[in-house]
Amino acid sequence: MKIAVCIKQVPTREWQPRLDDSKTWIREQDAAFEMNEPDAYALEEALRLKEKHGGEVVVCSAGPARVAQVIREALARGADRAIHVDDESLASADAFVTADALAAAMKSDEFDLVLTGLQSDDQGFAQVGVILAEKLGRPHATIIMEVEVADAGLRVKRELEGGWFQWVAMPLPAVLTIQSGINQLRYATLKGIMAAKKKEIRKASAPAGAVSKQKIVSLYVPEKGKKTQLIDGSPAEAAKELVRKLRDEARVIA
Amino acid sequence: MILVIAEQRDGKLNRATWETIVGAQQLAKASGAPITVLVPGTHAAGVGAELAAAQVAEVVTVEHAALEPYTPDGFTAALQAVIGQLSPAHVLLPHTYQTRDFAPKLAARLDRALVTDVTAIKTVGSDTAFVRPMFQGKLTADIVPQGPGPHFITFQIGAYRVDQVAKGAAAAPVRALEVAVDAAAIRQKPEAPFQQARQAVDLSQAERIVSVGRGIKEQTNIALAQQLAEALGAEIAASRPICDAGWLPMERQVGSSGQTVAPKLYLALGISGAIQHLVGMKGANTVVAINKDPDAPIFEIADYGIVGDLFEIVPAMIAALKA
Repeated sequence: MKIAVCIKQVPTREWQPRLDDSKTWIREQDAAFEMNEPDAYALEEALRLKEKHGGEVVVCSAGPARVAQVIREALARGADRAIHVDDESLASADAFVTADALAAAMKSDEFDLVLTGLQSDDQGFAQVGVILAEKLGRPHATIIMEVEVADAGLRVKRELEGGWFQWVAMPLPAVLTIQSGINQLRYATLKGIMAAKKKEIRKASAPAGAVSKQKIVSLYVPEKGKKTQLIDGSPAEAAKELVRKLRDEARVIA
Repeated sequence: MILVIAEQRDGKLNRATWETIVGAQQLAKASGAPITVLVPGTHAAGVGAELAAAQVAEVVTVEHAALEPYTPDGFTAALQAVIGQLSPAHVLLPHTYQTRDFAPKLAARLDRALVTDVTAIKTVGSDTAFVRPMFQGKLTADIVPQGPGPHFITFQIGAYRVDQVAKGAAAAPVRALEVAVDAAAIRQKPEAPFQQARQAVDLSQAERIVSVGRGIKEQTNIALAQQLAEALGAEIAASRPICDAGWLPMERQVGSSGQTVAPKLYLALGISGAIQHLVGMKGANTVVAINKDPDAPIFEIADYGIVGDLFEIVPAMIAALKA
C-alpha cells in the first residue's frame, strides 16, 4: 500500500506568542517549531499499516524552508521518502492554499491512502484533510481512532462526540484525518536518524495563482472573559489562601 | 439571505443549533438579511416545527433517504443542491464533529471560503469579521472571508447561549424542499454508532472535579491529584492527552470528545486550556487554575489562579484542607 502522510510544522507548546509588526502574524524568528501532534499520530499509523501490509510511506509537507526539520524527523522515524512543497508564503497559508499545494505535489504519485492529523495546533482550521480529499476526488472520513484494511477497502472507527464511536467502510483510495491518541508514538532511533540522511526529499514548487479565501485582519492576545483573582505568595501561603477563598468566598467546599 | 444548517439525529435536535441561530440573528442585525433554517435528514418535520419558534423568516426541511445515516458524500450532494436553490450569502453551522466532517468538502466543492470555530462577529470598517482562536487559544484572530459568497461559518460550541435566541411572535413558516441525490454515489458505508465503555462515571453530576492535564508530567503523579480530590470530596477527571496516554480511563475525559461537566468547583491542575477542553467545562461555577505558565488560556476563564509549581502547591493544599 502506498501511503502519504501530510505533516505540518507548528510552534512548540511552550512557545510564548509574539506578534510581528503587521499585527496579523506571529514573529516567526522568535518561535521554536515542532511536528504538529495529530500529524505525528497520522505518521505513526501509516508506519504501522506499512509494517502490517507492506508498501511505502511518503511524508508530504507544504511550508517554508524551516519545515525540513520535521520532514527529517519523519524520515528518521521510518518514512521512506518525502515531498516538500517549499514556499515562504505557505507559512501563514489558509486551508485552501495548503490543500492546493499538497494536492498538486501528490498528484503524480497516485497514493492508495492519504493520512493527516485532524487539525493543526497553529491555525487550527480542521479543513485541510477534507479539502484535499475533495480535490483528489477521494472518499474521506475524519477524527479516526482505528484503521482496518479489508479487501479493496477500509473500515475505520470514527470518533463522535460525548464518548460515541462509529465504524465506517469505504473503498480505496481514500483520505483519513487521524485523532491524537490513536496509537502510541515511536521515537527516532540513532539508526533511523542515520538512515534518514540518505532518503530522498523531493522539492516541489507551490502551484501558481493560489488565492487565499480568508484574510487575518488582526491578531491579538485574547481579552480575558473573567477577572481572575491571582493568588501570590509562597506555595504554602498561596495554597492556604486558596483553600480559605474556596471555603469562605466561593463557598464550594465545606 | 443567511442559511443556518441545523443538526439532528433521528428527530432529536442538537442544541448547538440554537446557538448558531443566535449567531445568525447577530449577523442579521448588521446586514438586515432574512434567516432561513435548514433541517436535513429523515424525521426532519418535528425538528423543523421546534425550530420555527425562533425569530427567523422560514424553516426548510430536506428529507431524503440518502441523508440517513449521515455520510459526508450524501450531505455534500444534498446541501450543494439546496444552496443552488436558495443562493444564501452566508451558511452558518455549529462546529460539531459532523460539521467538521462535511463542511470543508462542501466549501471545496463550491470553491468558497470557510471560517471555522468562530466565537464572535465584529464589524471592522465596512467588513464583517469573524473572531476565532488560533495557536491553541494563545491568540485570537479577526478573519474576513474572501471571494464570492456564500461564505461558510462554523460557530464554536458555547460561543452563544441558547437562552439568547430571539423567539418570534408566531411560528415561522415551515416548508419542505425537494433535492435529487444519487444514493449510489455515496462511498461511505456507516455502521450504527456505539458507546465504547459503559459510562460508569457520570461526571456531569459531580459537584466538585479535580482535573489533570499535561502538567502532571508522569503517570505516578496522578496519585497526588487523587489525594487532593479525596480531600476536596471531588471526582478526578483529565484532559485528553492524559486519557490518550492511558493514565486515566477515557470515561474520565472532559472536553469535546469526552464529557461535558458543570460542577460547583472545577480545579484544573496543569491544564493549559485548549479549546477542546474548555468547551467541556466552561459551564462550571467556580474555576480554579494551577499552572506554571501565566499565559495559559485556562487563566482566561479561571475565577482563582495560582501561577506556580503544582507539585509544591497541591501537597500544601492537601495539608491546608486537613488542618
